[in-house]
Amino acid sequence: MLELVWLIPALPLLGFLILVFGGKRIGEPNAGRLGAAMVGASFLVTVGVFFDLLSRHGEQRSFTRVLFTWLPSGGLKVNAAILADPLSITMALFVTGIGTLIHIYAIGYMHGDERFARFFVYMNLFVFSMLALILGDSFLTMFLGWEGVGACSYLLISFWFERDSAASAGKKAFVVNRVGDFGLMMAMFLIFSKAGSLTYANVFEFAKAGSFTRTAATAACLLLFVGAIGKSAQLPLYVWLPDAMEGPTPVSALIHAATMVTAGVYLMVRIHPLFLVASPNALHVVAWVGALTALFAATIACAQDDIKRVLAYSTMSQLGYMFLAVGVGANTAAIFHMVTHAFFKALMFLGAGSVIHGMHDEQNIKKMGNLRKWMPITFITYLVGWLAIAGIPPFAGFWSKDDILLAAYRDNKVLWLMALFTAILTAYYMSRQFFLVFFGKERFLHDAQTVAAIGPNDAHVRDHPHESPPTMWLPLVALAGLALVGGAINLPFNAKTEFLGKWLESVDLGGRPILAGGALKYGLAAVTVVLGLVGVAIAYNFWLRTNDARAQAALEPALLQRAYGVDGLYSAVIETPGRLLSAWLAFVFDRKIIDGAVNGLGLVVRFAGGKLRKLQTGYVRNYALGIAGGMVLLLAYALARAGIQ
Amino acid sequence: MNLVAATTSVPGAWYLAVAAVLFTIGAVGLLSRRNVLVMFMCVELMLNAVNLTFVTFARMLDDIGGQVLVFFTLVVAAAEVVVGLAIIVSIFRGRVEGATADSANILKG
Repeated sequence: MLELVWLIPALPLLGFLILVFGGKRIGEPNAGRLGAAMVGASFLVTVGVFFDLLSRHGEQRSFTRVLFTWLPSGGLKVNAAILADPLSITMALFVTGIGTLIHIYAIGYMHGDERFARFFVYMNLFVFSMLALILGDSFLTMFLGWEGVGACSYLLISFWFERDSAASAGKKAFVVNRVGDFGLMMAMFLIFSKAGSLTYANVFEFAKAGSFTRTAATAACLLLFVGAIGKSAQLPLYVWLPDAMEGPTPVSALIHAATMVTAGVYLMVRIHPLFLVASPNALHVVAWVGALTALFAATIACAQDDIKRVLAYSTMSQLGYMFLAVGVGANTAAIFHMVTHAFFKALMFLGAGSVIHGMHDEQNIKKMGNLRKWMPITFITYLVGWLAIAGIPPFAGFWSKDDILLAAYRDNKVLWLMALFTAILTAYYMSRQFFLVFFGKERFLHDAQTVAAIGPNDAHVRDHPHESPPTMWLPLVALAGLALVGGAINLPFNAKTEFLGKWLESVDLGGRPILAGGALKYGLAAVTVVLGLVGVAIAYNFWLRTNDARAQAALEPALLQRAYGVDGLYSAVIETPGRLLSAWLAFVFDRKIIDGAVNGLGLVVRFAGGKLRKLQTGYVRNYALGIAGGMVLLLAYALARAGIQ
Repeated sequence: MNLVAATTSVPGAWYLAVAAVLFTIGAVGLLSRRNVLVMFMCVELMLNAVNLTFVTFARMLDDIGGQVLVFFTLVVAAAEVVVGLAIIVSIFRGRVEGATADSANILKG
C-alpha cells in the first residue's frame, strides 16, 4: 500500500484536470460528485497507507517515494518526492477526510450556483496543493503546495467576485500572505546557502551534525515563522482571515478553519530539529505570538455579530493555542489540537453555513434566535461543536486544549494564565453565539403589525427558516461524531492511551512534556473545566436569562466591535501612504519626470531639426559649393598629413 | 618610334597642368553659372580633366590601370549624359523662359 502513496495527491489532481476541462459539460450535480469522489478515494488510499505505516516500527515508519527529479539545477537538486511519515499521514488523513465531507456538503450548499463546476475545480486543486504541502519531502515541494493553497484561497475567497467586498477580500488575503511568503523564501535561501540542500532529511541531518551556526538556525526558524504567521493568521498578519469569510461557507470551513491555516503549525512542527539547534528565544517568540493572538482574537470574537466572523476570530484564537503549544515544546499537543480543532471548527462552520442557508443568507446573529425549533439537526450538531470548543469533557476540544494548557503551565505561568483566560473567553463568545442563534426570541419573525403592513405573502414573512438538505446535514452529523469522540485519539490517562503521542514518536518532535503528577494534572483539568463553565454561565446570564440590552451593550465595547481598529491602523499606516505614493508616482513622477524626459527629447530633436533644415536650400549651386568646399578640405587634410610625414 | 620619342619629350607635368586648368575652369563654371546646360558642360569638362590626369599618370608610372579607369569614366559619363539631359529637358519644359538651375528648388527645407 505504501507504494501507492503517490495516489493521495494524484487523485485530487486528476479530479481537477477532469473538471477544469469538462466541468461545464458534466454540470451540476455530477461535477460535485466527481470532485467529492476523488477526494474520498484519496482519503481511502490515505487510510490504507496509515494502516501500512502502523504495522511498521521505528525508522521503517518514514517512507520516501521519489517520483522524478523536479529541478536538477547545479548544486540544487530537488525531487518531486513524497514523504510518508506519521506526521504527514496524520495531516493527510484529516485533510482528505474532512475534505471529503466538505465536498459532499458543498454539493448541497452550492446548489443552483451558476459557477457550480468551477467551485469544485478550485476545491480539488486546493486539496491537491494542500497534500503537496503536507507530503512534500523538501522545503521546495512544501513551498509549491504553500503557494498553491494560497492561490486557491484567493480564488475561492473571491469566488463571488461580482461583490466588491469579496473581490477585495481575496486581494487582501493574497497581499498579506505575500508578506509571510517573503519570509518563507528568505528562509529557504538561507537554508540552501548553509546546508546546500532543501530536502528535509538532508537539512535536519545537517542540523543534527551541529553544522548550522546558532545564529543561522535561529534566523531560519524565525523567517519560517514569518511565513507561518502569514498563512496561519497570527499577529500581526492576521487581518486577511476575518475578511476571508466573504468566500462560500464550505471554503471557510475547509480552507480557513480546518486545513490551510494549520499549514503554519505543521511547518513549525516539521522543523523541530532546526529549533533544537536554534536559540531558545526562537521558540519563545513562537509561544508569545501564539498566546497573544489567542487572547487578542478571543476578545474580538466576543463582540462580533456576523456568525462567520465570530468563527473566524475563534479560528485565529485556536491557531494561537497551537503555536503556543509548539512554542512550549508540546508538538504532539499542537498536532492533537490541530486535529480536534479541524473536527469541531469544520463542524461549526458547516453548521453556520446551514444556518445561513436556512435563514436565506442572513448572517447577523442578532437577527436570528430559537433556531433549534426550525433546524433541529443543525442545532444538535452545533451543540456538539459548541461544547467541544468550550472545553467541556468528554468532547474533543477539552482533551487537546487541556494538553496545551498543561504544557504551558509547566513552561511559563504567564503564558498559562493568558491561555486560561482565553479559554474562559472562548467558552463565553461561543455560548453567546450559540444562545443568540438557537435560543431566545425568534427575532427574524415580524410582529403582527409589520405582517399586516407588508402583507402575509411577502417573502420575508412567508419564508421560515428550514432545515438543510441531507447532503448538508449528513456531513454535519459525521463531523459531530468526530467532535464528540475525537479526543480519544490521545487520552492523557497513561502512556498506553496516548495513541497520537505513540504514533508520532518516530517523527522527531521532541519528547512529550513530562506530565505533572496525577493530582496536579487533574487539578488543572478541573480548573479549566470550571472556568469554561463560568464562561458559559456568563453568556447564559447576559444573553439568555436577563437579556438586558444595556448590559449587553457594555459587553460589546465599540473598540472590540471594530476589532481594535487594526484595519483602520493598517490602512492609515500602510494603505494610505501607499496610495499617496502611487498617486504621486502616477500623476507627478510619471507625468512630469518620465513623460517630461521623453517629451523633452522630442522637443530637442524638433528644435534642432528646425534649425538644420535651413541647410537644405534647394539650390544646386549651394550643394555643389558644399561638395567643392568639402573636397578642398579633404585635399588640404591629405596634403597636411603628407607634409607631416 | 619617332612619334614616341617626340611625345616623351613633352614633360608629364605639362599635361597635369593642362588638366588642372581644365578642372578649375569646369569647377568655377559649375559654381558660378546658372544655366543648367552650361553647368552640365562644366561637369563634362571636369570629368575630362580627370581623364587626362589618369592617362598622364598611366604613362608616367607605366601602369595600364590608369587608362583602364578612363574607360570606366567614359561609360559613367555616357550614362550621366543620358540621365542628366533628360532632367535638363524636363526642367526646360516646365518653365516658360530663362530656366536656370535655381528654378528647380522645390526640395528646399
